Amino acid sequence: MRATIGWLLLSRFLLSLATLLFVATAVFVITNLLPGDVAQELLGQAATPEAVAGLRTALGLDVPPFQRYLAWLGKLLTGDAGLSLVNGQPVAALIGSRLGNSLILAGVTALVAVPLALTLGITSAVWRGSLYDRVVGASTVLVVSVPEFLVASAAVLIFAVHLQWVPALSQLGRINGLFDAIRVFALPVMTLTFVVVAQMARMTRAALVDVLSSSYVEMARLKGASQMRIVLWHALPNAIGPIANAIAFSLSFLLGGVIIVETIFNYPGIAKLMVDGVSTRDLPLVQACAMLFCAAYLVLVTAADVAAILANPRLRQG
Amino acid sequence: MTGQSFDPLSLLSLTERQRLMQAVRTGASRRDVLALLGAIGIGAGFGGSLIGAATTAHAQTPKKGGKIRVAGFGTSTADTLDPAKQSYSTDYCRCSMFYNGLVDLDATLTPQMSLAESMTSDKATVWTIKLRKGVQFHDGKEFKAEDVVFSLQRHLDPATGSRARALAAQMKEIVATGTHEVTVTLTGPNADFPVVLGTHHFLIAPAGTTDFSKGIGTGPYKCKEFTPGVRSIAVRNENYWKQGGGPYVDEIEFFGIPDVGARVNALMAGDVQLVGNVNPASARLILARNDLAIMETKSGNYTDLVMRLDQPPGNNADFVLGMKLLMNRNVIRRNVFQNYAEVANDQPIPPMNRYHAKDIPQRPFDPEKAKFHMNKAGAIGSTIPVVTSVAATGSVEMGLLLQQAAQAIGVKIELRQVPADGYWSNYWMKVPVGYGNINPRPSADVLFSLFFASTAAWNESGWKNEKFDQLLLAARAETDGAKRKQMYTDMQVMVHESSGIGIPVFISGLDAHSAKLKGLTPMGTGSLMGYAFAEHVWLDA
Repeated sequence: MRATIGWLLLSRFLLSLATLLFVATAVFVITNLLPGDVAQELLGQAATPEAVAGLRTALGLDVPPFQRYLAWLGKLLTGDAGLSLVNGQPVAALIGSRLGNSLILAGVTALVAVPLALTLGITSAVWRGSLYDRVVGASTVLVVSVPEFLVASAAVLIFAVHLQWVPALSQLGRINGLFDAIRVFALPVMTLTFVVVAQMARMTRAALVDVLSSSYVEMARLKGASQMRIVLWHALPNAIGPIANAIAFSLSFLLGGVIIVETIFNYPGIAKLMVDGVSTRDLPLVQACAMLFCAAYLVLVTAADVAAILANPRLRQG
Repeated sequence: MTGQSFDPLSLLSLTERQRLMQAVRTGASRRDVLALLGAIGIGAGFGGSLIGAATTAHAQTPKKGGKIRVAGFGTSTADTLDPAKQSYSTDYCRCSMFYNGLVDLDATLTPQMSLAESMTSDKATVWTIKLRKGVQFHDGKEFKAEDVVFSLQRHLDPATGSRARALAAQMKEIVATGTHEVTVTLTGPNADFPVVLGTHHFLIAPAGTTDFSKGIGTGPYKCKEFTPGVRSIAVRNENYWKQGGGPYVDEIEFFGIPDVGARVNALMAGDVQLVGNVNPASARLILARNDLAIMETKSGNYTDLVMRLDQPPGNNADFVLGMKLLMNRNVIRRNVFQNYAEVANDQPIPPMNRYHAKDIPQRPFDPEKAKFHMNKAGAIGSTIPVVTSVAATGSVEMGLLLQQAAQAIGVKIELRQVPADGYWSNYWMKVPVGYGNINPRPSADVLFSLFFASTAAWNESGWKNEKFDQLLLAARAETDGAKRKQMYTDMQVMVHESSGIGIPVFISGLDAHSAKLKGLTPMGTGSLMGYAFAEHVWLDA
């Protein structure tokens, strides 16, 4: 049976690589379809045709697209994402510092949101139909329905402007000790937790309720297993697949989809970096960011699949 | 009153006090202040001691020291410390910390010598620039003619990607004629050449610089850290060549917060001491707090009604005049801009500019006269499509006001609001009637050349006037200030009379700051003291 698992994992991995290659091509084609180019954006109101042509040659944009694609792909395979067209710095360096920030924010949020969501999901599955279940269900829907910019802005107004408990801006450069770190991260983590917790909690509940009503759980109960043992030992492993997928989906959102939170709290993360890249038509930067998000998504989804495979007792014990 | 000294200012409410201090700070005359006090119900007799108190409070000696955090309003990875590539206010603010220009522009946009000691010309064509001696760059290198030649010359190379290439193109030859003297030969006479050199892009960097991210210049601050799209940290240049003024604060951290709400929140939460560009709505919030203040900068920025003269309905002069008469300028000033604007007169040179023609009779809001002209143009009862967009500041609201005024005289205006994205390339100057927004330009010559010359690429209404074009060339070559002023006045009259644009108001820039931050005065060159606040601010801790 080990061979089956090995084969499953290998095929997953190869499929991911193929997807990445496809995405690389798509990203290159689509970014080149953006109207206007970096020479025009840089020159702005001084963009006479002659000046634009001169700058294009200087930046190497006059090479045919297919050759640029091959050169870019070749470099990418060796881990070189090229130079930013806008400020001449290596794309890897630009992404490097920002990626760290995004990972920290995503990590802290995950540390708060995942246990919270699992607890809420599991408890409401166990006490399904109770008042607690209904309150949790209603409030998670409510929280996920409120747009994040509203949550974030309201939180800033209350906690930063009026109470002055926390800073309005989340800047890592000012962290000095654990207490500071908590103050700086409190608002963005709270906002993001609001966004991601609902889906994970509801998915956990749904998956678990499904399993809890199956006949083998009934059997375990008849054999006198405790409630705790039934849920954690018998039911949860069979529900891991959908739960892991929901978690992976939420985490990949935390990495690249938090542009609103980055904007409101002025947090220098990677989502804002990519938006900057698009607005200045800095194609190497946009392409590298897109590849990074795609790779992160694939890694997370693959990890979720692997977790589901490994946790599935039927596959594990053959 | 037990022997305590009496502070006359304490009689005023906080907002009143703030308004008074603001007026004194911005250089209001005694008469202005008395008028202001009259308006809030305090007579002249007592006003005298109030003015005394306010002026004393203002005339504090600047203190050195402290760290401040400042938020500009735009930031991206395109942030640059390369003077030639500056695009946004964020870049201007940073470059003004680290570099100096040959020339500075003062509050009336008149050039004052900076790194240049003098500029003299032969027929406004061959300019001899004598340079200041004993000035050092941040790395200790001495400032010399070669640095000026390098900094000016690089604008002409397309590979530099200079934003000022069009302005720089008039320099035919730039040569060092001494260790501290540079001679620039222009393609044609331009008496305004010093003004050109006073614009942000012509700041001076050391010869041979390839990596501009270090911010090595001669400016009041040295660059300690700079990450595009994140922040910069500037520390005071103890070796600054200018004497008797700033820099005062030890360290300035500068970053951008693009969202206006977040910017205002950061100020109110005490995270930053100065923010650029707030809107009139947030200004009200800020003024309600006595530890914060607003700085209003009068500017040449305007949103104008553009009527293409080369197609109907704008090809009828009566229609154009009728529309101009339908703009209720006072209401636009009050309702659209909450009084943070000045009424304009369909000519583009703002009142603070030394060439502003103040004697052109103000065009009033006159529906009766408008009706007469609209009738003559055969527009009564017809439907006129007008395009508005949030891209042109205030145009949506201005369009609504115009629609109401037109309805009253029997002209139907059909408003079409289009998205901001792509507005400038798809709608601006392309639709028969729409709105434009023009940023301030450093000189009358630049403004007229870009937007009103018959051949100008951005001649918004397609207005062609041969006499205007001749005057434009003549004024550029004219070195006699009085004659020049007369020429520019005549040109403003022409634009006012016959061009297809209606300029209702000049829009002020609004910055907000902590009341502890002193030394800020509005400058005609732009918001945030013409982006050069760093050299002048100090903290009253």
